[in-house]
Amino acid sequence: MEDLLKKYEEKLPSAIIDEIRENMPKKISEAKAREILERIESEYENMKAEPGESVGIVSAESIGEPGTQMTLNTFHFAGVAEMNITTGLPRIIEILDGRKQITTPMMEIYLKKPYSQGKDIKKIAMYIKETKLSDIASEITLNIAESRIEVSINEEKAKELGITEAKLIQALKISNKTLSVDIKKGTYIFKAKSKDENANQIYKSKDKIKESYIRGIRGIKQILPVKKEGEFMIITAGSNLKKILSLPFVDETRTTTNDIFEIEDALGIEASRQALINEVYKVIDTQGLNVDIRHLMLVADTMCFNGKLKGITRYGVVKEKASVLARASFETPIKHLISASITGELDPLNSVVENVMLNQPVPVGTGLPKLVTVKDAGKK
Amino acid sequence: MADVYLSGKYIGTTDSPSEFISRVREERRKGIIPDNVNINHNHESNEVFIEAARGRLRRPLIVVKDGKPTLTDQHIKQLEKKEARWSDLVKQGIIEYLDASEEDNTLIAFFESELTPKHTHLEITPLAIFGLVTALVPYANFNSAQKVNTGSKNQKQALGFYASNYHIRMDMDVNVLHYPQKPVVKSVMHDISEYDQHPSGQNVVVAVMSYKGYNMEDAIIINKASIERGLGRGTYFRPMVAEELRYSGGLVDEISIPDKDVKGYKSEKDYRYLEEDGIIYPEAKVKEGDVVIGKTSPPRFLSGMDQYRLASDTRRESSLIMKHGEEGIVDLILITENGEGNKLVQVKIRDERIPEIGDKLTSRHGQKGVIGLIVPHTDMPFTISGIVPDLLFSPHGIPSRMTMAHLIELLAGKTGGLSGRYINGTIFDSEPEEALRKELLGLGFRDNGLETMYNGETGEKFTVRIFVGNMYYLRLKHMVANKIHSRARGPIQLLTRQPTEGRAKEGGLRLGEMEKDTFVAHGASLLLKERFDSDRTVVPLCENCGIIAIHDEFKKKNYCPICGESVEISFIEISYAFKLMLDEFKSMGIYPKMQLKSKY
Ligand SMILES: [Zn+2]
Repeated sequence: MEDLLKKYEEKLPSAIIDEIRENMPKKISEAKAREILERIESEYENMKAEPGESVGIVSAESIGEPGTQMTLNTFHFAGVAEMNITTGLPRIIEILDGRKQITTPMMEIYLKKPYSQGKDIKKIAMYIKETKLSDIASEITLNIAESRIEVSINEEKAKELGITEAKLIQALKISNKTLSVDIKKGTYIFKAKSKDENANQIYKSKDKIKESYIRGIRGIKQILPVKKEGEFMIITAGSNLKKILSLPFVDETRTTTNDIFEIEDALGIEASRQALINEVYKVIDTQGLNVDIRHLMLVADTMCFNGKLKGITRYGVVKEKASVLARASFETPIKHLISASITGELDPLNSVVENVMLNQPVPVGTGLPKLVTVKDAGKK
Repeated sequence: MADVYLSGKYIGTTDSPSEFISRVREERRKGIIPDNVNINHNHESNEVFIEAARGRLRRPLIVVKDGKPTLTDQHIKQLEKKEARWSDLVKQGIIEYLDASEEDNTLIAFFESELTPKHTHLEITPLAIFGLVTALVPYANFNSAQKVNTGSKNQKQALGFYASNYHIRMDMDVNVLHYPQKPVVKSVMHDISEYDQHPSGQNVVVAVMSYKGYNMEDAIIINKASIERGLGRGTYFRPMVAEELRYSGGLVDEISIPDKDVKGYKSEKDYRYLEEDGIIYPEAKVKEGDVVIGKTSPPRFLSGMDQYRLASDTRRESSLIMKHGEEGIVDLILITENGEGNKLVQVKIRDERIPEIGDKLTSRHGQKGVIGLIVPHTDMPFTISGIVPDLLFSPHGIPSRMTMAHLIELLAGKTGGLSGRYINGTIFDSEPEEALRKELLGLGFRDNGLETMYNGETGEKFTVRIFVGNMYYLRLKHMVANKIHSRARGPIQLLTRQPTEGRAKEGGLRLGEMEKDTFVAHGASLLLKERFDSDRTVVPLCENCGIIAIHDEFKKKNYCPICGESVEISFIEISYAFKLMLDEFKSMGIYPKMQLKSKY
């Protein structure tokens, strides 16, 4: 058996050889094993892209056509407000456009051993969630007569979250540096530090005070602890991968976010390439559509290949195209043409679009090989 | 306390909104306040909106008081005797018009028997919730709502008897059905609108079955003998209009047979139907290219071009010619004068349109389909009693569209046809299916409409029984004769040298960007090049400066506009559109320099 596999080491990648080794029945005649290997080899060869195959357009069509069938734009978590995830076509557009601000950032936080069994799960969740003043305030009023803002706190909520008066006032002082904070009979009073501020400015700072950061991890707006396959984990609305990964109880090997740019920032371009593939595949898969993952890999590669994540827009991938004519045929042609003429750019006409414009054979498929008859071949 | 708005403007508040509203309504019914004022209480925001602006869609309803309609038998008797009129009922506050906002505050009963003390209004008739055309759909309450809508839309496109003076009218693009029939299954609206005076369909015998796959995807099979007996036969009318226009300088168009020295003269053969006055004679059979009205116009750009006077002296040909693919018979000729006193000639062309493969037919339930095959009478399946259906309808069109009324109409039509009476199919108020079935049984047919049928080609009995009935079919104005189009070569656009667009201009069929992508995806590179060769050009190119050079055919010389004759000039093959683009680059101030190198 091993001898047989050794013969195929040249022909098949090691991952496939390993898989065969694992799944081949123990008791099998050599003839049958040989036939299986032969078939796997021919299947493998069939799946390869041939030289000159236009993989780009095949990928574009393979992702684009199922895209027309997509339905359902958002997915909701039952019972939790503000917890919905953009899926379907809007999500795919968002990913492939390389948008920095995604509509519904979300994290899946896995925990290390004792915590993953449910230890302190509520405490952890509370700790992670970002708490703002508006979350615990019962009333925020603007006192124009004395040009100050008065905030009364919902004591019950504060207690539930374990926020003491001392902690709160400290946090408020840090997040509102231009204002002074005092407590009088349970109400927190915000006043301008400098006296020349007028009522209008006080009014403006009301919204800022509401958003005062008190504790938790910035960006995590909602938390939902769930039990998945016998272990506890936390799903969040809002994302902050760097901070979450630095927490001691978080399993950093599995925790992930749907914000690809955060992944690039925290883990690098290779991780974000994989995340990109995963995210697009997840959408296509949940829609019940079937797209070969290699198409997504090609898209992810074009978006990541020069070390920084670039969307498929005129500012991203298209800007990198070598051909002026190809760029001009996409969007804003005049801008591209003018800037190309200023630098005296040369278009080598190496790609598809330019050659269609000139009505020359496009350099794919039958347009690639070049046969020339030598005129006086017989003479020599 | 509720805020009160009049036509969207805040006017004050009221402490007891419901009392205020009922007072406004009371006074409106008494005629103190105009009857087109509507009032509405939004309970959610506790606001009262009084609407008096124009442009609100309103509909009439019978006012109900204490669970009893205010419209009594006495009123109806008065109406019948013509002692009272509709407007009297509105004035008395018995019938009032509500808009969408006031409807929110009402509880409307469909039928009088449903009335409870809570109800505020009663429908005059359930039919009133539909428009005129939608109410013509029989048994519509058994259909999915969307199909009622399409069914109503389709009826507007049906061939019919649109005006009794059609033969002296000069309407654009109209059709007349030759043998229109009254529908056997009809609704009250047919009587109200005097549909019998201008019907637009025919009652046909329909069998719900497939036939060799020729009625897949909504297609229908038609009996050839039915067509020969006049099923769906119609005439298409199209007027052609010529006017003797006056131009500056006292020049006028002239309707006459053009002289041979006129610029753009066709051949003598094209003018053969024209009589002395330059107008075709009635009942002439014309085909594409034939001149219908001969006309010449004065030369273009006469003023300001006096120095070229010699060349521009000849008149231009501007006759009205039968367009590509058109044919017909000259039906009516009208010579008159228009408002400006110009001579006006109108020629109406008529063309008999016999149903052919590709023509569109529909029932009144949005079950439209195209003729897939015309079968000789002898090959059509027939029933045990010898009835040969006019039309075969595919059963696959029913389940996904849920047009149950289509089936009920078949059954009702069959009953009506056999018993010799009209069936009332008014929406919400139709003859029940049960009664129809009973009657059908009494007439000696199966109550479910199924019949044993035989294969018309082999004479074998079909193993299943087939649903056969009678229903009203409409022929729609979309006919292949007006749409069929193909081209191998033909006219091109002046600017781009690419084929023209559209049927009227004998244009090409565009191979668009996505279609191009499929060629690329298959690697069919050279095939793609060939397909895009329609504007192929060979241009000379200066190898020194990379700009398109000039080829002088007369002097047999090539030269570059910049470098002159002493440079290498090569001929390259590109699309004309690209040459045009290079010219546009130049107009933008961009210098598109091409560098040539050997491909191999
Ligand atoms: Zn030159």
